[in-house]
Amino acid sequence: MTTTTPVGAPAPTGERPPVVSPRRRTGRRGPGPLFVLPFAVPFVLFLVWPVLQGIWMSFTDSSLALRDTSFVGLDNYAEAFGDPDVWSSLGNTVLFTAASSVPLVLVALAMALLVHSGLAGQWVWRLSFFVPYLLPVTVVTLIWTWLYQPDVGLGNELLGALGLEPVGWLSDESVAMWSVAALTVWWTVGFNFLLYLAALQSLPTVFDEAAALDGAGAWRRLWSVTLPQLRRTTVLVAMLQILASLKVFDQIYILTKGGPNGSTRPILEYVYDVGFTGYRLGYASAVSYVFFALVIVVSLAQLRLFRQED
Amino acid sequence: MSTTASPVRARRLPPRERPGAPMLLGHGRLPRVLAGTALVVLAAVWLLPLVWAVATSVQSEQDVAKPGLSPFKGAFTLDAYQQILERGNVTVWAANSFLVAGLVTLITVAVSTLAAYGFSRGGFRGRRLLLTVTVAAVMVPPQLLVVPLFEQMLMFDLVDTYAAMILPQVVAPMMVFILKRFFDGVPRELEDAARLDGASEVRVFLSVVLPLSRPIVAAVSIFVFIGAWNNFMWPFIVTNDPGLMTLPVGLATVKDAFGIQYAQAMASALLAALPLVVVFLLFQRRIVSSVATTGLGGA
Repeated sequence: MTTTTPVGAPAPTGERPPVVSPRRRTGRRGPGPLFVLPFAVPFVLFLVWPVLQGIWMSFTDSSLALRDTSFVGLDNYAEAFGDPDVWSSLGNTVLFTAASSVPLVLVALAMALLVHSGLAGQWVWRLSFFVPYLLPVTVVTLIWTWLYQPDVGLGNELLGALGLEPVGWLSDESVAMWSVAALTVWWTVGFNFLLYLAALQSLPTVFDEAAALDGAGAWRRLWSVTLPQLRRTTVLVAMLQILASLKVFDQIYILTKGGPNGSTRPILEYVYDVGFTGYRLGYASAVSYVFFALVIVVSLAQLRLFRQED
Repeated sequence: MSTTASPVRARRLPPRERPGAPMLLGHGRLPRVLAGTALVVLAAVWLLPLVWAVATSVQSEQDVAKPGLSPFKGAFTLDAYQQILERGNVTVWAANSFLVAGLVTLITVAVSTLAAYGFSRGGFRGRRLLLTVTVAAVMVPPQLLVVPLFEQMLMFDLVDTYAAMILPQVVAPMMVFILKRFFDGVPRELEDAARLDGASEVRVFLSVVLPLSRPIVAAVSIFVFIGAWNNFMWPFIVTNDPGLMTLPVGLATVKDAFGIQYAQAMASALLAALPLVVVFLLFQRRIVSSVATTGLGGA
């Protein structure tokens, strides 16, 4: 060890290390591949392999009910593109994404701006807005099933108090998706709220102070100083939110099982229905890769937009 | 406060209500009143479902079924909680959830931190390829893997085991990415100094690198734990044995069985919600600041 000491000693500032660094030569100056191995093994086993396996399965008639599996080429994909249930569940997914993402961004922004304005009781506001995000999906759906209960649930009681007709929150085909979206906004807005709050707290205050000195009022400074500075955060939050909303499954599956009459069934639930209820794993894989293609297209489109923002 | 010494990009939150810090509202009275009103209304709307659930859970099933807007329609009783706890399912599921989420967090954080450090310091063959694949994997929706993963578990004969629930969840490319970005910002001089003193690589990692990365590791742990605790789809698909189920899965199976017993339904929901809410109350500051630290959090 002692002989290598002078070579590896941190070079005084300004001095360049030799071209062939001792680090390279001895090969023991750094953590090396063994540090990556404990991650790489499960990564390949439980992510890379299933992705490849899924692609393979999508070209077969693999089934939970049959032992023999044969190659069927593009049959599954051809079937998927002609399957009205694929299109309607994709349509539901897009509707849910639109109905949930817009309020999830705007309400989160409003919450963060209000909390950041420095009114007393910070931890109460943070707790109120973030606590639903900590609840497991089943807890959320249990609570909202009760709120949406048609006879004595809070939703219809409130409507009744206002003199309005009761609504079939989860049983009316034209209402159910909006009920699911409302639940989702309540449940997950806290995370976006925290992202916005963190962004607000890291903004330099000089611009705001300068504008205030110049006599700009609260509204004026909000519109002309604060909101423009949150542009990047908004793009980021919206991107993450759209991708998260496209992947909706849990709350819908538990709340409505996709009903009434398939009106809330998202594409991932169709994958589940086909694969685990209908036992057609091959076809389910094909549908899930159609969905993955959609996710990739959306991600790439967003990345382009994000780059243009810079 | 040794944690602040680390060169994290963590932005410390300013102490709340530091005089003059958030001056969005100026000194006018009207904006202050309007903002305050909006905040109170929003918070009330957000708390209402929880308050309603709590009120429902401490009444009898008969009283709960009465119409009316008042949250309390009868006498206070803890019958619903007693019945839930006597049945015992919820406590078994809570224990399973702690076991599964705890092990997932432990393993995920350990392997992700090691890998991120290895990726950051580099110097081995195939690093670039593996790193690229890892970053690309961030885009893969976990739900895409469900069908082939289930086949895999059938093949390994692991269906209905803790291993099947835990192992696939420990792969978290996003966390590796976040941690690598952190390590990239940590200067190597300290590590090199330790190496010169004869420390092994494992020793360097444990006594030099890890202490520096406490805040980010804590942040990642919190998000992994919340994610694992709340994870539904995978444990739901891979378990049929009620004795192995986690809280979200177990509750889903009895949701329909509750029928119109909403007091019990709310009691079990609140019991299931309690652990994470307590954790949040204990670590509120850390959780809020960890969103800033990791940038993306658990998304």
